[in-house]
Parts: sequence; C-alpha cells; structure tokens
Amino acid sequence: MRTDTLTTTQVYRVYIKATPQAIWDAITDPAWTEKYGYTNRADYELRPGGAYRSYPSEAMKRGADAMGFTLPEVVVDGEVLESDPPHRLVQTWRMLMDPEAAEEGFTRLTYEIAETKGGVTKLTVTHELEGAPKLALVVAGRLEETGAGGGWAWVLSDLKSLLETGAPMDMEDGLKR
Amino acid sequence: MTDDDDRVFKALADPTRRSLLDRLFERDGRTLTELEEGAGMTRFGVMKHLRILEDAGLVVTRRSGREKLHYLNPVPIRLVHDRWIDKYTERQVSALADLKHELEGGSA
Repeated sequence: MRTDTLTTTQVYRVYIKATPQAIWDAITDPAWTEKYGYTNRADYELRPGGAYRSYPSEAMKRGADAMGFTLPEVVVDGEVLESDPPHRLVQTWRMLMDPEAAEEGFTRLTYEIAETKGGVTKLTVTHELEGAPKLALVVAGRLEETGAGGGWAWVLSDLKSLLETGAPMDMEDGLKR
Repeated sequence: MTDDDDRVFKALADPTRRSLLDRLFERDGRTLTELEEGAGMTRFGVMKHLRILEDAGLVVTRRSGREKLHYLNPVPIRLVHDRWIDKYTERQVSALADLKHELEGGSA
C-alpha cells in the first residue's frame, strides 16, 4: 500500500438515537469523553481561539504502562475554530501520543450534528489530514493491530453504543476500564 | 437498527459495490468520473450502485467546489463487526486475552 493514499480527507458518519445536545455533550464534556473510545478526558474552551486539550484517562495510562510506554501529559491538543452548540464544532487537532504523528502538526477536524427523523441524530466527523500520513493511518484504524485503537470508526461505534444503551462496547483492547 | 444492518448486508452482497468500496479504501474522496473508470459499466450503473452504498451509509458524499467527492464511511461495517461478529467470536477472544494475561504474568 502506498503511504500517501490516506493523506487527504476522511469522512465518518453515524446515526445515533439521541438528541443533538446529548451528542454535543458526549464530544465536549469530560464526564462523557472518558466513557467511550480512547477514554480521554477532553478539555475544551468552547470559543474561537479557545484551547483544546485531551488528557489520558487512568485506564489509558494503565493500558500504556502494560504495553511498556509512558503517555505524555496531553495526548491531543488543538485550537477551537468554530463553536456552534449543539450543531457544529471546528477545531485543529494534533496527536501527541506518537512522535511521528506529533511532528506532522495540526490537522483540521469538523463535527457536524444534525437532527433527522424519529429522534435520530446524524453525526458527521470530517478529518482533513493533508500532510499527516501517519496520523491518517491511526485515525483510519489501520494500525489497530499494533495497539493504536480503531480510529474514528471505532470511537463512533462506541459512542453510539454508549448513548443508545448506556454502556460502551466491552472490548479487549487494554484501554478500557 | 435491524433495518440499518439489512441495508449494510444487502449493499455488501454485490461484487461491484464491494469493488467500489475497495477502490475508495485505496484512495478516498473520488469523483463519479474516477469511479466510473475501470468499473466496466455505464455511468448510470455506477450511480445506481453508489446510491445503494449511500443509502446504507457506506459512502458519504461531500462537495468540494464544483465536484462531488465520494468517501468510504467504515462506521456501519464497524457497527456490524462490534454488534454481530464480536458476539460470536467472544469466547475465542476472551480465551486469547486470558492467555495473554497469563503469559505476561499479570492477573486478569
């Protein structure tokens, strides 16, 4: 596989039986972000120019320790570009967990939350990854076998499960509680 | 939810549509014209298949200037995997996890 094949934009969409506000909270509220996916604790200053930082949860630190490496204090950072709750959040996004990906610098991430019929909300995540081939592999879940997690598809599947059933997926990935 | 799964399985049950997904997996964000090349069918045929993939949520389109780009959305496949396939492979997976804990000298 050529390594530049993924270096453009990735688009992920999931339909969740939940209100736009519930989905917005799940993305921006640390009480929620620790419950699914990589279980990071998100810290958002929800205004243009505001800081975004994501801290590893205790579970994540334990998982990393078990695999023999130490996580940085902040695992993802960025800047909020647009915040229109509960419909649209645009931010820059840089992953600091992996030195190679960290060096690729900031990428651009857009969350779009739109109500559809029957109490179902459409969540679209657009990740613009120009110039970030390593990060593109990570967020596409193509390094899952190496313990990098399943990327956005995995995160969104888990988010849907959490919001619809109240419980995240039970997965043997070493990152979960 | 069952309806969603039905649409995913039906969309995947066709070799042309799987081939379109494979091509988006190789390189994402393609135009209809690009996807038509090498598909061995009419533009109308490709459009019909893309429509079914879109209805199943497996392809998401996005406008970029005057172009409509097609992206592979792997989330529905992940959902099928997490909800169905994991269910039936659970025992093997947890046995492997136990073995891993044991080999690494940890307690489960």
